[in-house]
Amino acid sequence: MSFDEWVLAVHVLSAFAYVGGIVLFWMLIVAVRKIDTPGATIRMEPIVKVGNVAVGVGAVGTIVLGIWLAFALDSYAIWDGWIIAAIVLWAVSAAFGQRTGAAYMRGMTKAKELDAAGQDGSNAELLALNRTVNGVVLHSLTSVAVLLILLDMIFKPWAA
Amino acid sequence: MGGVTVLAIIRPDSWDFPLFLHVLGAMILVGGLLSSASSLGFARGDVRFLRLGYWSLLAVSLPGWVLMRGGGEWIASREGWTKSGVDDPTWLGIGFLLADLGGLILLVSLIVGGIGVYRLRQGKGSGLLKATLVLALVLLAAYVIAVWAMAGKPD
Repeated sequence: MSFDEWVLAVHVLSAFAYVGGIVLFWMLIVAVRKIDTPGATIRMEPIVKVGNVAVGVGAVGTIVLGIWLAFALDSYAIWDGWIIAAIVLWAVSAAFGQRTGAAYMRGMTKAKELDAAGQDGSNAELLALNRTVNGVVLHSLTSVAVLLILLDMIFKPWAA
Repeated sequence: MGGVTVLAIIRPDSWDFPLFLHVLGAMILVGGLLSSASSLGFARGDVRFLRLGYWSLLAVSLPGWVLMRGGGEWIASREGWTKSGVDDPTWLGIGFLLADLGGLILLVSLIVGGIGVYRLRQGKGSGLLKATLVLALVLLAAYVIAVWAMAGKPD
């Protein structure tokens, strides 16, 4: 395998990590809707960290190596329409993803406050924060942006 | 470098949709495995997270595997690799082997995990779900190799 083929392989693996993290967060979004106690909410934190690492590594790997490939390969140019579209969609997905994280962290923060205050029972306010509609909408938008990146990467519209 | 360039240029448009299904399925499969392994690994005996880990395998990884394998067969057929007398390239051989072997391991993990989840009602089954966790991690490692092989296409 040439160096560029290695870069392509790691670029694709990064994309898998990115999507893997997004899928993991979908599972957590479904699970957290039934969680109304601080203890159970806090127990999700290590799983959230796995998702954050996957999304972080995936996001950085896809954009950095993708731009590298756009410059390194003769058949692609950074100003190709499909590459510009991918970069814009990547930025959109990252922005929505960041806001999704912030929406769900409100529940985690509340859970830690309740835990610190010694309240370990059911809490209606915590349940409401864990069921954030805003978070679901934002994660849906993140997922749509990433799906569009995948479609763009494979169908390569406006390719030279 | 030449290999990457040539491959990108010669792929006909009619291959795009099966390739999209194949890659989407593989991504869903890997996402389900990551969710499952994380939930089972960090459950610390919490039934809620043990169930989440199992359902990630059943409701996410299994449909992902079906889409990945179906899409893979379709694109391989479009590319002419499934015709008799045509030798598979190494990367495709690795992909098919890991997809099929992985499917078998996924099936075993679903059966073992299903029994484990059922036995959770009687306060048992965590040992079986630990075995499911190990299988999910093995699958995750295998599919990382498969993705590397399919994307990098080693000779």
